[in-house]
Amino acid sequence: MSESLQRPPRKDPQKRTVTPTLPPQARSRQAIVFSTAAAEGRLALQTCGACEHVIYPPRELCPKCWSMHIEWRDIPDGGELVSETTLRTSVNTYFRERMPWRIGTVKLDAGPLVLAHIHGDVGAYARVKMIARTDKSGQGVLLALPEKETANMADDKQLRELTCNPKHRRVLVTDGRTELGQRMAAALAEAGASEVFVGIAENWRPYAGSAELAAMARVEIVPLDVTDTVSVNELAGEIGGKTDILINTAEYVRPGSAMQRQGILTARDEMETNYFGLMRLIQAFGPAMRGRGADGDNSACAWVNLLSVYALSNWQVYGSTTASQAAAYSLSQCLRSEFTGSGVKVVNVLFGPLEESWRQPLPPPKVTPQRLADSVVHALQQGIENVTLGPVAEDVVRRYKDDPFVLERELIQSGERQAI
Amino acid sequence: MSNSNSTVLEALASAMASGDVQTVDLTHTLDSEFPVIVLPPEFGQCAPFRAEVVSQYDERGPGWYWQNISMCEHTGTHFDAPVHWISGKDLPNGSVDSIAPGAFVKPACVIDCSTECAADEDFLLTPEFIQAWEKKHGEIPAGNWVLMRSDWSKRSGAAYLNMREDGAHSPGPSADAVRFLVEQRDIVGFGTETVGTDAGQAAHLTPPHPAHYLFHGAGKYGLQCLTNLDQLPPTGAILLCPPLKIKNGSGSPLRVLALVARSAA
Amino acid sequence: MVVAAPVSVPYERFSPEPAHWWLARALSDLGKRSGLTAKDIDGLCVSSFTLFPDTAAGITQHFGLTPRWLDHVPTGGASGVMTLRRAARAVQSGDADIVACIAGDTNHVDSFRAMLTTFSRFSQDASFPYGAGGPNANFSLMTSHHMKTCGTRREDFGKICVAQRDNALHFPDALMKTPLTLEQYMDARLIADPLVLFDCVMPCAGAEGYLVMREEHAKAQQLPYANVLSTIERHNAFPDDPVQIRGGWALDREEFWSMAGIGPERVDMLQTYDDYPVISVMQMEDLGFCEKGAASEFIQANTFTFDGSFPHNTSGGQLSVGQAGAAGGFLGLVEAIRQLTGEAKDNAVKDARIAAVSGFGIINFDRGLCSAAALLEAVQQ
Repeated sequence: MSESLQRPPRKDPQKRTVTPTLPPQARSRQAIVFSTAAAEGRLALQTCGACEHVIYPPRELCPKCWSMHIEWRDIPDGGELVSETTLRTSVNTYFRERMPWRIGTVKLDAGPLVLAHIHGDVGAYARVKMIARTDKSGQGVLLALPEKETANMADDKQLRELTCNPKHRRVLVTDGRTELGQRMAAALAEAGASEVFVGIAENWRPYAGSAELAAMARVEIVPLDVTDTVSVNELAGEIGGKTDILINTAEYVRPGSAMQRQGILTARDEMETNYFGLMRLIQAFGPAMRGRGADGDNSACAWVNLLSVYALSNWQVYGSTTASQAAAYSLSQCLRSEFTGSGVKVVNVLFGPLEESWRQPLPPPKVTPQRLADSVVHALQQGIENVTLGPVAEDVVRRYKDDPFVLERELIQSGERQAI
Repeated sequence: MSNSNSTVLEALASAMASGDVQTVDLTHTLDSEFPVIVLPPEFGQCAPFRAEVVSQYDERGPGWYWQNISMCEHTGTHFDAPVHWISGKDLPNGSVDSIAPGAFVKPACVIDCSTECAADEDFLLTPEFIQAWEKKHGEIPAGNWVLMRSDWSKRSGAAYLNMREDGAHSPGPSADAVRFLVEQRDIVGFGTETVGTDAGQAAHLTPPHPAHYLFHGAGKYGLQCLTNLDQLPPTGAILLCPPLKIKNGSGSPLRVLALVARSAA
Repeated sequence: MVVAAPVSVPYERFSPEPAHWWLARALSDLGKRSGLTAKDIDGLCVSSFTLFPDTAAGITQHFGLTPRWLDHVPTGGASGVMTLRRAARAVQSGDADIVACIAGDTNHVDSFRAMLTTFSRFSQDASFPYGAGGPNANFSLMTSHHMKTCGTRREDFGKICVAQRDNALHFPDALMKTPLTLEQYMDARLIADPLVLFDCVMPCAGAEGYLVMREEHAKAQQLPYANVLSTIERHNAFPDDPVQIRGGWALDREEFWSMAGIGPERVDMLQTYDDYPVISVMQMEDLGFCEKGAASEFIQANTFTFDGSFPHNTSGGQLSVGQAGAAGGFLGLVEAIRQLTGEAKDNAVKDARIAAVSGFGIINFDRGLCSAAALLEAVQQ
């Protein structure tokens, strides 16, 4: 069993904040495909399309049959630890700061031998369950977990380096006026966050659920309007230095395409929240989070963006809103790039139609706010960066991965119909 | 003529210099957190005040500070022109840029309804209430502003709009009161401390939103989100309320000042 | 084919000079040692990790050579035997008459980290991100696997390390000059379990060189020389072994001995590639000096100093001389030539006639890919 992680003590104000350092980041183009699957929490390896040989490390040719028809496939996660060591020195500063560090050779059930990080609860020469996740450098790595769940397993030092566990961390939920924001706050408090700051814009307007939100344990309501630079900056001035996880639940959704609208005011409102709101949050909270990526057990660790899956490809029914979400998606990629080097992950959740009033006429299947909140907590606990949520989103992402230009035409053809 | 006129202004200047005439600010600070009117969400919305720093003695401008600001014509303490409402859309000189400037400097009568509004948040000002006031303070002269003092400006946060599931609850004039002020008193405009000239529940009056519909239809103006009305005398104050000269503007945020004689205040 | 003019440029822990300086020094020393000039050298073979952006080609102009045969062998620990093999074939076939083989690397303060960071694609993608332990990590996995499957013990590895330190105390150019006891070894600081400090080589700067030519050239130049009896090399042997427990020698050992017409019992000294003692043990096993799984007994039954029952890494090996990058692949070969040509001094192996030299290099991902070995014979002079 792992030792249960205790709530970190208050920070010694005389101590310098540790500068984030990184594990090795350079990878080949093929290895980046591995990282991309790891960012989705998938364990995918190259598999020869001709002879089914599973290949590792990634390469251009099947070493068994010389076929170049190589596919990336999810593989079974079982394996066996065949050799291990505990490193006590490293040429890399990140690892040097975290010694001792356990690694080993694992023989995967799928065939290949891999080097992997080893969870502290894995026994000698034991069966293991492999996961692929992105590390602090943003690149995919393998970690061997005990085959069966152990006590406090999530608190293992090496596993925690790959995850963004909310336990004992301080979280900002940017908009608590909606059911989504309220469910998110509750889910994070439930997951062990030490404090959940919940932003409320225009507190002069009443909103449903306000009393319940105010009564939630470890929830603190703070004034925050992402459309107002002054408001965002003021809150960052207060809590920016102790925001470990930021979850942007603010969204502005209205049906309508470009020509169904008169004027640009609604589009501007969409941009004010969905794009400029994100920009304001990044400018106000980003620098402090980036500087705190290695700040102990409650270091800054994740920035969560919730985006309509149509951010990937425009859907005319919400044509203008999805354009603003595409802008937000693009900005999230910029943020991910800017956070490189900090160890803070950008978690993007692409979801299908949400069960809320502005999407009320859309047919099922829909994603409930509770499910979205749960999936964010799960992604944080698991260290997953890219989440696709709900059947509609899964369908769109699948087509997007196949060919985004074909998806664009399919969405045009689908017109008013949601399912494509 | 010119002599006597200049004498009036000189007397005013000296009264202001001596403090015998004082200037009262009836304006709220433009602040991003100040409430704006809330319409049903499928309608276009009134934009709140926003400021973005252009530069502040920094790399964007090392020696100077300035902001870009944005808002609706009806954000904060603001002026309503007749074209704001459909009933006034065809009136001549109905937009802020075309209103003759004399309308922006006029005497004001202040009807104190604060006690009644404290007791009844949906209080409606009636012709009878106005006439009772006139019995004490004299008939409202033509060409005056009428300001309805509710002390609503002393409320803050959620209590200001006072939104409930059936909408906002705040005082305003009844349709008859509006008709009375237009037809019987020919006032220049009507001002309130609330977010609109109409009561919060005025959508349910006949006609709906009578202050907007009837005042603007008659070429009268509106002032909203006023404050410090409790510092004005019932009569005798001079109101200074020029809106921004916005082409075809339906209204404008503005600074509203009142000149008040010291003895009267 | 014969080898002659063993040159070792004394190593330095850190050097501000580039690899070019170290290779230049090796070539210059070869010239002094042999009396040969650029006109006489018509073949060049270079090995280096830190020569970037140059290769052997650029070196010809840099060093004023006009060779008719050229090779660049980037195989690190296997490069000594592999350059010998190539140069000997070139001379044998008449492509060159006298080949200078040189290897050298510098070691700036951050060179080792930089080299590990960009060592190979598989290393970059699949091994370095796991703790960035470099070869310490790979060899700790091999060592614990060897201990588990072959029953070797830390004491066995320790005995090899201690004997090499003893040899180094008799070799003037070794960097490690402090005596080492088995007790100190057993109590040493852990680096990567089960490896301790004394299991790991110390990166440094240095260079080595030697000449390959026909016997008559050596005689004409009055150079002491040794004969080349046999050589082997193999790459990526046994790719399906879960953890490396053997190298290519195990595939080619029969040919190795039959080519020379002798057996292991005739060998007077063994120079293994020793960045970690486990790999020396594998070479002893795979070349047939003891059976796989019998290393512990073999080690305990022998002594490994230059004056012992099984002289091994007689200059101290990389473990006690230092690991000068690619020159580490030459160290054992050059030491063997020195021993067989009577040029070894305080650490001379008495009456040495046959030396086995073995190389091992390129930890690409989880194992070393390149293995090679040579048998050299002294000439009665």
